[in-house]
Amino acid sequence: MIARIKEFLGMEAQPKEVASEQEVEKVAEEKAKPRIGYIHLSGCTGDVMSLSENYDILAPLLTEMVDIVYGQTLADVWEMPEMDVALVEGSVCLQDEHSVKELMEAREKAGLVVALGSCAATGCFTRYSRGGQQANPNHESFVPIADLIKVDAALPGCPPSPEIIAKTVVAVINGDMDYLQPMIDLAGYTEAGGSDLQYKVVNQALCIGCGTCAMACQTRALDMTSGRPELNEDRCVKCGVCYIQCPRSWWPADRINKDLGL
Amino acid sequence: MVLGTYKQITLGRSTDKQIQKISQDGGIATALLCFALDEKIIDGAVVAGPSDEMWKPMPTVAMTSDDIMAAAGTKYTLSPNNWMLKQAVRQYGLEKVGIVTIPCQTMGIRKMQSYPFGVRFMADKIALDIGICCTENFPFESLRTFISAKAGVDFDLVEKMDIGKGKFWVHTQDDVISFPIKETHGYEQNGCKVCLDLVSELSDISTGSIGAPDDWSAVQVRTDIGETVFKKAVDAGAIELKPIDEGKFGLEMLTRLAKSKKEKAMKVIDERKAMGLPVPYKASSEKEDPLANV
Repeated sequence: MIARIKEFLGMEAQPKEVASEQEVEKVAEEKAKPRIGYIHLSGCTGDVMSLSENYDILAPLLTEMVDIVYGQTLADVWEMPEMDVALVEGSVCLQDEHSVKELMEAREKAGLVVALGSCAATGCFTRYSRGGQQANPNHESFVPIADLIKVDAALPGCPPSPEIIAKTVVAVINGDMDYLQPMIDLAGYTEAGGSDLQYKVVNQALCIGCGTCAMACQTRALDMTSGRPELNEDRCVKCGVCYIQCPRSWWPADRINKDLGL
Repeated sequence: MVLGTYKQITLGRSTDKQIQKISQDGGIATALLCFALDEKIIDGAVVAGPSDEMWKPMPTVAMTSDDIMAAAGTKYTLSPNNWMLKQAVRQYGLEKVGIVTIPCQTMGIRKMQSYPFGVRFMADKIALDIGICCTENFPFESLRTFISAKAGVDFDLVEKMDIGKGKFWVHTQDDVISFPIKETHGYEQNGCKVCLDLVSELSDISTGSIGAPDDWSAVQVRTDIGETVFKKAVDAGAIELKPIDEGKFGLEMLTRLAKSKKEKAMKVIDERKAMGLPVPYKASSEKEDPLANV
């Protein structure tokens, strides 16, 4: 089954001569199922929708290989149990005591906390909140979860693509730490925005005008003008994806060569 | 391995007379894309097509052989082709996209395929990446300035530009002017100075004039996809081959220039690291092969 997922994703976790398909499955069977919790804070549900777009390939995985032990829409549970991994969607509202408490509790009860999506990772769109709105006018400030707790890994994106979620899940199950390293590094990237391209790439004489940032921008806030990214701040949601996809921000050479079979 | 990993290296050129006439060298990129389109290996391609302004390319989604041929020939300035991938997939609804990329663009695409953080259902749509050799690139104003200042030619009268034999060549209808390539130094964009890749090491098939005689291209076939497409194109007679010269003006020159680009870049990378400036690549001391593109 794992082999099928990997084949679908074009991933090869281990060389064939080291581990046959049966052996991998056996290991998977013998391992205790990881207990996953889904914590939904201030996000639009886009991240869990992106996750669920993988159901074709992840259905067996989600039902047979992991236990979903907590989550508003995924499990009928009131008390937060102990978890191996807590996936957190959404930023945390400082004025919402329930969100703050749930986040703190998740940190206590989870082995690993993963910020799923840019709201949790960078604050993203919710950074623009000014408060004063209906129902909860005092809900004014929304911050990335790493402002309050230690985050082990982040998957930014608005939403993160179904593929990156699937690739990450597979890497977690295979213990493929090399693949996960960028996600671990990104846990510290909380102040994101289109201007990162200007400050950290263009101003640093690293931009080559390839256009990857403008291709990646999920709100089309970027144009290319005279071979350089030009940011329309009105459209930027501060998700960080432009900088993350830029080939001049970080360069995963080994993984790329492996994926291409070079 | 300054030329990256490859399965095959050869000289090649398009057998199509029309492509031969309009292409920069052997017309490999044009011939391969036209062939792939005819064979439905791709259903469109992102190329550096013409814009309203002479010599200023515009990333374009080519849907026909005519569109592809309209983009033939090298433009020595920036064309952010990766940007247009989004349009190719979302607006044009292409499922199998071909793209022509210079090394840095190839790197952006490959990173996106391995780590598609915010790029939904795009990584699997890249059906063929044809990489072209690139020593450095010029901002449009740089190009215009040194053509008019050094060649003394009105930009609009230029019919072809070319780099070879250590010179920058400017062809007009009735004249060919050249000046040493050294004189273009200072006009290139700075981002190119840390680039470790001359030959698009991560493309499916890479092609360029370095190491090839006039009207031929030196081609490197790299990935399984590249191998399949290239073999089909050769078998179908769209591309003819001859062995690359191992000597001074062939493989030796390609290797020497690739190595020299890497060595220069490593010097800049090490200097930047020493100054505490960001650079995505490792310092010489941090890697096994000091010239690897890592």
